[in-house]
Amino acid sequence: MAEKRVAVVGGGLAGLASVMKLTELGVKVDLFSLTPVKRSHSVCAQGGINSCNDQTRQLGDSEWKHFDDTVYGGDFLNHQPPVKEMAMWAPKVIDLMDRLGVPFNRTGEGFIDRRRFGGTLYKRTAFAGATTGQQLLYALDEQVRRQEAEGMVRKYEFWDFLRPILDEQGNCRGIVAQDMVSMEIRSFPADAAVMATGGCGLVYGRSTMSVFCNGSAASRCFQAGAKYANGEFIQVHPTAIPGADKLRLMSESARGEGGRVWVPRKAQDPRAPQEIPDSDRYYFLEERYPEYGNLVPRDIATREIFDICVNEGLSVEDDRMCVYLDLTHIPAAELDRKLGGILEIYEKFQGVDPRVEPMKIFPAVHYSMGGLWADYVKSSDGGLEPGAPENHMTNIPGLYAIGECDYHYHGGNRLGANSLLSCIFTGLFTGPSIVNYIDSQPHDAVSQELLDSARQAEIDRHQHLLTGNEGSEENPYLIHQELGDLMTRVATVVRKNDQLTEALVKVDELHKRAMKVNLSDTGGWTNQNVLFAKALQDMFPLAKCILKGALQRDECRGAHYKPEFQKPPLTAEDPAERRRQAEAWCDEFEANNERYLKSTIATWNADTMQPDLTYEDVDTSSIPPRPRLYGLVGADIIEEVWQERAKAKAEAGQYATT
Amino acid sequence: MIAQEPTLKNRPEFINVRIKRQNGPGQEPYWELHKIKYEPEMNVISVLQRIAAQATTVDGKHVTPVTWDCGCLEEVCGACTMVVNGRVRQSCSALVDRLLSDNPDEIVLEPMSKFPVIRDLMVDRERLFRGLQRVKGWVPVDSYYDMGPGERQLRDTQEQNYPLSQCMSCGCCLEACPQFLKIEVPRKEGETDEQYEARKYAEYDKGFVGANAISQVMLFNNHPTGKALAKERLDALTGPGGIAACGNAQNCVAVCPKEIPLTTSIARAGRATTVHAIKKWFER
Repeated sequence: MAEKRVAVVGGGLAGLASVMKLTELGVKVDLFSLTPVKRSHSVCAQGGINSCNDQTRQLGDSEWKHFDDTVYGGDFLNHQPPVKEMAMWAPKVIDLMDRLGVPFNRTGEGFIDRRRFGGTLYKRTAFAGATTGQQLLYALDEQVRRQEAEGMVRKYEFWDFLRPILDEQGNCRGIVAQDMVSMEIRSFPADAAVMATGGCGLVYGRSTMSVFCNGSAASRCFQAGAKYANGEFIQVHPTAIPGADKLRLMSESARGEGGRVWVPRKAQDPRAPQEIPDSDRYYFLEERYPEYGNLVPRDIATREIFDICVNEGLSVEDDRMCVYLDLTHIPAAELDRKLGGILEIYEKFQGVDPRVEPMKIFPAVHYSMGGLWADYVKSSDGGLEPGAPENHMTNIPGLYAIGECDYHYHGGNRLGANSLLSCIFTGLFTGPSIVNYIDSQPHDAVSQELLDSARQAEIDRHQHLLTGNEGSEENPYLIHQELGDLMTRVATVVRKNDQLTEALVKVDELHKRAMKVNLSDTGGWTNQNVLFAKALQDMFPLAKCILKGALQRDECRGAHYKPEFQKPPLTAEDPAERRRQAEAWCDEFEANNERYLKSTIATWNADTMQPDLTYEDVDTSSIPPRPRLYGLVGADIIEEVWQERAKAKAEAGQYATT
Repeated sequence: MIAQEPTLKNRPEFINVRIKRQNGPGQEPYWELHKIKYEPEMNVISVLQRIAAQATTVDGKHVTPVTWDCGCLEEVCGACTMVVNGRVRQSCSALVDRLLSDNPDEIVLEPMSKFPVIRDLMVDRERLFRGLQRVKGWVPVDSYYDMGPGERQLRDTQEQNYPLSQCMSCGCCLEACPQFLKIEVPRKEGETDEQYEARKYAEYDKGFVGANAISQVMLFNNHPTGKALAKERLDALTGPGGIAACGNAQNCVAVCPKEIPLTTSIARAGRATTVHAIKKWFER
């Protein structure tokens, strides 16, 4: 029998976990990555990785509650079977990573220590200092290196994925990739291909993501016929350090330890922050949310900071949006003890000591909840059917999507410390599915003609970029800047239909201009210019998915926020009237879910150069959707009404009770 | 220290950046001078991004954008190592204001000298990863199935291991090491990928393995399951290019951006290999 071989694209947590599992199952792997896999973006994750554990279990926690928190956090846009399976697997994932040598922090007795994270009531999060992602990635990298030494893996580092190779039946039979050093373009036949290529932060110009998180690989699959789902759901983290080159994350713990967010009341007050008296400072979170102050939920903090800079023009600087995050009132010794690590990042990159001078921070694009559409098979207990070939397969047979580049697990909003889990889980869980898929296929060799024509198409594209646009003045770096600025302005925190409509026209223009870039480097050796130009061109289909998806979704859900369609708080004082309002609120909520509790599914239309959108029902078979009411006036009565309704439905047998 | 005084008067209007360029492996390096507009809070990466967008030297000559390697820009991926003003470091955390306060005239960027240049500031660090393979830097678990938790570990052990596991394979320690010398293996005509790799690895394996790999030996030999391979790792350090090649210059620890106690690891590895060698001698 022919040797089984799979192409895995992407060497972060998901890709490496996949390689590790596939090789264990006896499948040889070609692993492709834009960077040495040890440098993949997963290294940047700081906080930790979630699982129900022995300690939380005794406090009433269970895998089910982890599942519920995830679905609730995602505003019910998650298909529930994959999330349930992930929550069930979480403790096993932590155990495996522990065995693989991840230096998780320990309790005095030697057990794995845990901390609490946003959105949960239990100490579920295992962590390794403030570099959990780095430690998990290294452990997987080491196992893959071990498999490489045993001849099971061939690594193609500094290779750019260009397209999946599809046969006449539309099945994926390999990939085309390009050596970023020699610029050689080559076809790689494979029995299946796995996309594990992360998020698309670079569509926004600057984000907290690494420079290779440009979404181009997902976009190339999308343009080849794969469906792209929930593109409009982009998580924006409230506090990051704005930089000329990138936005660096500043952990929420700074506010947790007493950090105060403010701006000078006078726009662009030229005085040094320390010289501005309290009376001239606007502590806008504390004033607007007296109850929660600086610790309002993440999405609210993000929106308020954005609002103060964009709509009120009170940014600390005139040419760059930022607000102060002030820790200077806290004794330096206490700061060092509790926040040492993140303060060092600020100090290192800003050259400013945040113990003495307030930090300048702004929200930043942080995570793509959307991604390639992927299938699954639901098991009889509401989880996933292990080994089913369809698990995480895109609509292109033989092409799989896992990790951040697929659309499962996070719904409308990502729960902190769940992304590392979803990456490793999908990598491990899909191993047997992929093997079963391969075994179900006839093992005829891929025709040379097919391999050659796919390769030739990419050679043509490459050549056209080098020489096809003579005389054009278009510079890819400048177009990228324009795209990023536009996307950041209209499709991050607050979305408005008129702005989105305008942006779609503008992005279309930029797309056309990007197709005509003229490169200053036309050489055939390590030409980063042409690689960047290609990635730029391929950002546009995703940018259009984000914009169009956001435009058509007239509601607020998770990270997607349209003020026009926000549900108002209750106003009545009279209990009976208040009750009536709550009933009406719940009716509206249900009606809204009827319309919008759906995944956005995009298919690429090459003729119009636009995505066509359809919608898919969300599987909410285990946990009925309920409103997220944090901070809303009248939340108590709404919740009461809602629970009565839920109970009635449960009694009518619509949902299983747990 | 506060570098960004808002009242600072003497901000330059432009910055001169001198870059050592090289079009490809084996070609002659040359210097090029670029001039870009000063902006507050720049680092070497944003300088290089401006140079890429402008692609014109100080005398108005159109040139190809400078090639360099970078990733996370948060000093954790290890990609953007280069020699900045004569000192090896991550270019993402090399802040322009600080560089200018040391040398107001210009910023000088060079590729690392101990690795083959691919192009301009980008070098081939495959040898560094080969070193990790050479010392079997991994935990040899039986399987990737759920077999319950790993062995319980004392907090002390975790605290000893954690700093070592922060090594991001950036290569600063190797660049600074007088014993780690450049090995460049040009590809031969008609050689297959496999043949070339085998020949390259054979050459790499003759050279000094370096501080980062020695430190990884100590990390894995200190892990309850990882130590199953302790003897093989010590064997790898006993041979040519192993620990005996270390000249104890201590440069490695001085340049490590993660402040990993490399010389402590080397000293511990030195003792462990000696004990290992004596044991082996008695076992003969």
